[in-house]
Amino acid sequence: MLDTIIDIRGLSLVYGTGERRNVVLDALDLDVVRGEVLVIVGESGVGKSTLLRVLMDLSRPSGGTVEIHARPDCRTPMAMVFQDARLLPWRRVIDNVAFGLEGSGLSRAQRRARAHAMLGLVGLADFGDRWPHQLSGGQRQRVAIARALAVEPDVLLMDEPFSALDSFTREGLQDELQRITQETGKTVLFVTHDIDEAVTIADRVVVIAGPPGRIAAEVRIDLPRPRIRRDAALQEIARQLRAELSRRSADL
Amino acid sequence: MNRFRATLLAAAGLAVFLGIWEAAPRLGLINAAFLPPPSTIPAAFGREIALGVWTEAVLSSLSHYVAGLVCGAGAGIGLGLVAGMSRGFEAATAWVVRLLRPIPGLAWVPFAIIWFGVEPSAAVFIIAVGVFWIVFFATQGAVRGVDRDLVEVAQAFGFRGPFQRLVKILLPAATPGILVGLRTALGQAWMAVVAAEIFGVPGVGQRMMQASSLLSTDIVVVYMLTMAALYGLFDTAFVALQGWLLRWRA
Repeated sequence: MLDTIIDIRGLSLVYGTGERRNVVLDALDLDVVRGEVLVIVGESGVGKSTLLRVLMDLSRPSGGTVEIHARPDCRTPMAMVFQDARLLPWRRVIDNVAFGLEGSGLSRAQRRARAHAMLGLVGLADFGDRWPHQLSGGQRQRVAIARALAVEPDVLLMDEPFSALDSFTREGLQDELQRITQETGKTVLFVTHDIDEAVTIADRVVVIAGPPGRIAAEVRIDLPRPRIRRDAALQEIARQLRAELSRRSADL
Repeated sequence: MNRFRATLLAAAGLAVFLGIWEAAPRLGLINAAFLPPPSTIPAAFGREIALGVWTEAVLSSLSHYVAGLVCGAGAGIGLGLVAGMSRGFEAATAWVVRLLRPIPGLAWVPFAIIWFGVEPSAAVFIIAVGVFWIVFFATQGAVRGVDRDLVEVAQAFGFRGPFQRLVKILLPAATPGILVGLRTALGQAWMAVVAAEIFGVPGVGQRMMQASSLLSTDIVVVYMLTMAALYGLFDTAFVALQGWLLRWRA
């Protein structure tokens, strides 16, 4: 029995009216199952990020429903990691990680303790006293992940979080994310335009084609972790997804 | 140019300046009553100190300065934050601002005297008016310029009300811009002090007017240099504070 945590039905989002009407998402259906790493792949402009923004309540959908079956005691059902880390430059790393815990009823010491634990989880235990500008791009993104995990969300939303990093750092963080999701069992909804990244980290890949964004294909990946990028089975899945994406693009 | 040479040149420049200043009245190029040579200044300073006049005038001026700065900057930051956060407030006040902003601080002197009398509060008012606009525009601009992506981070973590937006993001993010405005205001207010006291409120400005009416130009110079020295002190202290507050910047 699958335990659905996010249930999206007929979601559409339209900007503007008349000639400037721009349909970003059109009647999208999607389920996210508790504990899975679901990766959404698609080209730029097919509404992948918009979907996450709707889930975060940062954009208002034009139609359809989004149901979130969060734990009843969960204060923040979703937390987001943005493409650019978006750390608050005037806060030390530890206080950036503790940001989302403010107003949660935890004492300052409790918030710091939790933040410190999260920094440990992303491998930056000794970096709490630094300022964000003293970190590398990869380290900043780790801090952003720690900040999101600190609020103990039901779902971690990640909007192309590694796309601005060099390939070496990117692969390191992909491995890191696999380890973290295995350790925490966290549900992850991850958006990317990088197919190799998708097959490396996903339990399930959904291809969105468009615009307007619709689901074009779906693949489940049951390969063991940590995954080896040169693995033939993984590369075969990537090849199929690539073919699917280019076929969809050719249709447009 | 290395630092040592620059310091050396600066010191040499100052020495030349003082030399010319000293020479001009001594060689009879300028009447010493109109321009007292710098060598007479320490003695004049000593007399003012001995009379207790210097300390009294400086303390009195400082109290006007601080009070005017606090009132003007406080109002400027407060209203600047509101104007920066609310398009409605900005629109509603746009023409009032346009009407009042070009009026120089000193043009308020008549009303300051009518409303407050020749009292310290009149000087405070004049200083505050001058400071207000600088800080108001600096704050409004700084809040407007805050990266919307950071505001979104606050929203994403559930901080969605205007007060939380202000405290968590806008105020800290706007601090560098507000501090730049405050530093300008620090100098502007010091200039306004003399002007505000010239009409009779006790302080450095008043003492300078008294001295000049007695042609005691050496005393006037004492206070001019006093103001320069005090301003240098405030500005240095402010820059240090600014550096500490903005230590998070690269």
